[in-house]
Amino acid sequence: MIWNAFILALREIRRSAMRSFLTTLGIVIGVASVISMVMLGDATTAYVTQSISKLGSNMIIIRPGQDRHGPGGDTVAKRFIHDDLTAISREIQGLKGVAPVSSKGIQAVYGNKNYSTSVDGSDNDYFTVKDWQFEEGRSFTDAELKGGKAVCIIGETVRKELFGAQTPIDTSIRLGNFSCQVIGILHPKGASMFGMDQDDLIVVPIRMFQRRISGNQEISAILVSAHNPSSIENMKSAIISLMQERRHIRTGDEDDFNVRDLREVIQTLSSTTKMLTLLLGAVATISLLVGGIGIMNIMLVSVTERTREIGIRLAIGALEREVLLQFLVEAVVLSSLGGVIGVILGIAAGIGVNIAFELPFVFNTSIVIIAFLFSTMVGILFGYFPARKAAQLNPIDALRHE
Amino acid sequence: MTSEPVVELKGAKKYYGQGNAAAYALQGVDLTIQKGEFVAIMGPSGSGKSTAMNIIGCLDVPTEGEYLFEGINVGGLSRDQRALLRRHYIGFIFQGFNLLGKTSALENVELPLLYRGIPAGERRDMAMEALKSVGLEDVAHHTPGELSGGQQQRVAIARAIVTNPLVLLADEPTGNLDTHKSIEVMELLLSFNRDKGITIIMVTHENDMAQFASRIIHFRDGCIDTAQNEHQ
Repeated sequence: MIWNAFILALREIRRSAMRSFLTTLGIVIGVASVISMVMLGDATTAYVTQSISKLGSNMIIIRPGQDRHGPGGDTVAKRFIHDDLTAISREIQGLKGVAPVSSKGIQAVYGNKNYSTSVDGSDNDYFTVKDWQFEEGRSFTDAELKGGKAVCIIGETVRKELFGAQTPIDTSIRLGNFSCQVIGILHPKGASMFGMDQDDLIVVPIRMFQRRISGNQEISAILVSAHNPSSIENMKSAIISLMQERRHIRTGDEDDFNVRDLREVIQTLSSTTKMLTLLLGAVATISLLVGGIGIMNIMLVSVTERTREIGIRLAIGALEREVLLQFLVEAVVLSSLGGVIGVILGIAAGIGVNIAFELPFVFNTSIVIIAFLFSTMVGILFGYFPARKAAQLNPIDALRHE
Repeated sequence: MTSEPVVELKGAKKYYGQGNAAAYALQGVDLTIQKGEFVAIMGPSGSGKSTAMNIIGCLDVPTEGEYLFEGINVGGLSRDQRALLRRHYIGFIFQGFNLLGKTSALENVELPLLYRGIPAGERRDMAMEALKSVGLEDVAHHTPGELSGGQQQRVAIARAIVTNPLVLLADEPTGNLDTHKSIEVMELLLSFNRDKGITIIMVTHENDMAQFASRIIHFRDGCIDTAQNEHQ
C-alpha cells in the first residue's frame, strides 16, 4: 500500500513538474540556508580558535604589575630576572617551555632600506612556546645564547620590508646602533585576531638584548607553555604561589605580578561565535518553516484543484486512508526531494562562502541530517491537513466538482 | 432469465433536512434488478434517478428503507466497507468521462487494479486487454486530452470493466456524444452485458439509447412511475 502510494505520488509529481518545483522551492531554500549558515558559523568558530592557538599553544604569560585594566597600569612593580626563570623551570611540573621576553621598538636598517619594528630578546623556548616554525635558517646555538652574540631571527614582514626578493640568511642588518647577522626566518603566521601583524618582529638572544638594547638584567615577561592543556589551571596556581614566595608577598596582599593564559580569550570568543552560529541557524530554521507552510498552501490548492480526481478515486473504491496516504506521501516526497536538493545546494554554498572568505572548511554531518529530517517532518506535518481534507471528501460532491 | 436479485431497493427514501423542511429526493422506491439484466433508468431531472443511482452504486445510503446489494444491507456498512464493495463489485461510467487528465489511457484503466493491489505486470496486461476489448489498444499511451469524446468514453468503459465487475453503472454515458458515437458506446455496453454477463444499470434521457436495454424504469418525483412503466 505504501509502495503503491509512493508510485502514485511520484507519477503525480512528474505530471505537474512546475507546481512541484515551486512547492519544493521553499524547502530547498530553507534547508540550503540552514546548512550553509551553520557551516559558515562553524567555519568562523574554527577560524577564531585556530587564530588564537597561533598566538601560542597552551601559553601562560607572567608579567610584572597588577592585573589591572584601563590606563595607568602599574609600572613600578619589580621586573623579573633570570633567576625567576630558572626557579620556574626547576619547580613547576609538566613544562613544555619557559621563555623570557623583553621587547623594544627599534629601527632596522639594511642597505638603503629603513624599517621600524620591534625586537624581542629571548631564547629558543620562545619558538616552542609561541609555536613558531622556521621558514629558513636555524634557531640560536647555545654559544650564541650564552655569549649574547649579535645574531637575529626575523619575521616574514621584516624580511619583505628589508630584503624584498633577496635572501637574507647570513647577511647583516643594523639594529639601532649595532649590526646583527640574520640566521633564520620565521614561517609567516599572518595577522592575529586582534589585527596585529604577528610577523612584524625580530628575535635576538636575551643576553644580547640586555647588554646592547636595554642595558640592564631585567626580563619584562615570562612565557610558559604546558605539555598538557588540561594542566594549565594547576600550573597557573603553582606559578602564582612560587612567584608570591619569590617576591615576598604576604598572604592577603595584592600580587605585584599577573599570570594569564589565552583560554579565557578562546572561551569568550568561541562562545560568541557559537551564539552567532545559533542565531544564523535560527533565522534559517524560520525560513524552513515558511517553506513548510508553502508546501501546505500548495497542497491545499492542489486538493481543491484535484477534487474531481479524488472523487474518481473514491468512486472506484479507494479507501479514505489510501487517499490520505497518497497525498501525505506526495507531500513527504516533495519535501524530502527539496531536502536533498537543499542539502546539496547548502553544502555547495557553504563551501563557496568558506572559500570566498578564506575560512577553514568544517563539515557538520549532524546539521545535514537534522536539516534533512526536519524537511521530511515539515512534509508530514504540513501535508497531513490537506491530505485529510482530500480523503474526507464526499465522492458524489467531488465528482460533481467543476 | 435466472432469478438472482443483485440490487434490491425496499421502500428506499432519501431526504435532506428534517421535519417539514425535509427535501425529498426519493419517496419510497421498491426496485429489484436481477443478475445479467440491462436496465435503463429514465426520467426528467429532479425525478430522483441520480439519487437512486448513487444509492445503487453504494456512494450514498438511503435515509429510510433498505438497500440490499447481493443480499448485503448497504445501509449498515461503513464508508470504507462501501468503498471495498465498489472496488470489488461495481464499475462506473460517467457522463463527463471522468478520466484522470495528463494520465495515459492505460494508466487510467490500471487505476482500479492498483487499488485492488494487483502486481504491475499483470495490471498492465489486464488493462491492455480491456483497452483492446473497446478497440483502443493503439492509443493506450495517449492522454485523454489527445483523444476524442467517443474514445474517452470507451477508455472509461475499459476502466469500468477491467475488474470484471458484477454491476456496471452508467450515468448518462452518451450524454456528451453524437448519435454515431453513442450507438458505438451502447453496442459496446450491450456486448459486455451479453458476453460477460455484467449487469448494467444505465441512466439516460435519450429514448433511442434506452431501447438497447432489456428493461426501462421511469422515475418521476422521487418515485417509480408505474403508469408509464406499464405503458411500455
